[in-house]
Amino acid sequence: MIEFDNVSFAYESGAPVIKGLSFRIEDGESVGLIGANGAGKSTIMKLVLGLVQGEGRILVDDTEVNKENLGRIRKKLGFVLQNSDNQMFMPTVYEDMMFGPLNYMVSREDADKKVNEVLDRLGLQYLKNKYNHKISGGEKRMAAIATVLAMEPDAVLMDEPTSALDPYNRRVVINTIKELGQTKIITSHDLDMIMDTCDRVILLSGGEIVADGPAMDILSDRELLEANHMELPLSLSARP
Amino acid sequence: MTPLFYVIIRLMNKMEKALGELGHMDELAVQDSPVHAMNAGAKLLCTVIYILTVMSFDKYDLSGLIPMLLWPVLMFQMSGISVSTCFYKLRIVLPLVMAVGLFNPIFDREIMLQIGGVGISGGVISMITLMLKGVLCLMASFLLVATTPFDNICAALRRVHFPAMLVTLLLLTYRYVGVMTEELAVMTDAYHLRAPGQKGIHVSAWGSFLGQLLLRSMDRAQELYSSMLLRGYHQHFHYAPVKPFRSRDAVYLILSLLFFTVVKFWNLSEIIGMFVTR
Repeated sequence: MIEFDNVSFAYESGAPVIKGLSFRIEDGESVGLIGANGAGKSTIMKLVLGLVQGEGRILVDDTEVNKENLGRIRKKLGFVLQNSDNQMFMPTVYEDMMFGPLNYMVSREDADKKVNEVLDRLGLQYLKNKYNHKISGGEKRMAAIATVLAMEPDAVLMDEPTSALDPYNRRVVINTIKELGQTKIITSHDLDMIMDTCDRVILLSGGEIVADGPAMDILSDRELLEANHMELPLSLSARP
Repeated sequence: MTPLFYVIIRLMNKMEKALGELGHMDELAVQDSPVHAMNAGAKLLCTVIYILTVMSFDKYDLSGLIPMLLWPVLMFQMSGISVSTCFYKLRIVLPLVMAVGLFNPIFDREIMLQIGGVGISGGVISMITLMLKGVLCLMASFLLVATTPFDNICAALRRVHFPAMLVTLLLLTYRYVGVMTEELAVMTDAYHLRAPGQKGIHVSAWGSFLGQLLLRSMDRAQELYSSMLLRGYHQHFHYAPVKPFRSRDAVYLILSLLFFTVVKFWNLSEIIGMFVTR
């Protein structure tokens, strides 16, 4: 469970990016955070992960996000960055996947087992010993998701997971997301992907929640979306 | 294809080449050869002692230093990595090393040797000795990095109680070099695409170029660091297990040290020369 209770945040000497947000995400929910650029989607992710500190209270499984609890909280949350190049910093996919579990004091044997399980589940065994700089963008995105899953997080947070992917790799990533059993929070401008993977959508504008409800209701509301600098998902748009 | 397209492809190739070379070092390090199979600690110790031995030669002791060349050449042969690969990879650093001692012939003009009636000054000999020392040290360092994964080198450093902070710094520097190179390549490409025909970066743009490079690299480094923190990193790296120290590593170490001692205390070139001329 992730809960925001009247959370506000502003970058140094800047206007507030998040203004008194309150919402609650239950275990197992798939939530899409949507909104125009600068709406505050990525900042919400950073706040949950404790990468930035705001005002108000954020709870992850009833534990408050603060400096003392960061280790425990981050163990529960897996974050897939928008730019996989910034996520994969070890030489090979395998070493990158081992990095998280080893840091959480999982023995090398158990970590290896977990890594292999995840690779099997995602059908990525062929990437195991490949060098990160030699794999394609789509493979890198899948590998980045695998590195996070190897930590067995309770919730997976993803920042634009399908950006810069070709249609085939986009579909592979979407199918993978759909199969994840964890709580999912996904930020994206790809509303078709959000429609495919999320049950609930939170629409943000100027750091405030404009709408929060079932994905289909919000994503099919043309007026609401257009009023917030967005458009209907392509699959719902009328075609000539 | 338009000329502009060719320019773009050329620039992209340049970037890919730079990044590829960095990645190539990691690939070289995991090849299969007797040298690769050795314990990282043994290789590290050997390399450090080799470098110290090379540096300890007197600046005029060129003939004594030359046999030290045998060790890296033999190791390159055993590792299956060609010496030319080493020189190619070090092509940017080598001229700088070679420049050391360039002014020695000007300051030290005392004739120390006659070859075919031509007087060779002490400055020339010391210059060549210094150059050779630099080249040998670079070859040995390259050999270590090209035959040992960088993580294993760091693990070996930790095993000999090298401070954890310095080892982590070393490892992260190695990782971040790629990030900085990537940013530099992207910026250089963007610059050249808007300044066709210009060689290099114009001096008027140096300040903002370097400033931007620093800011962009810092941004990316920060994101990388965040990604590490989010996966439980707390200033401690869990290095992959290093190959155990076996009897063959001991043999390698003993033979290498024996060779260094012999070359250091007996002038092999002189001894061979005496046998040949006798």
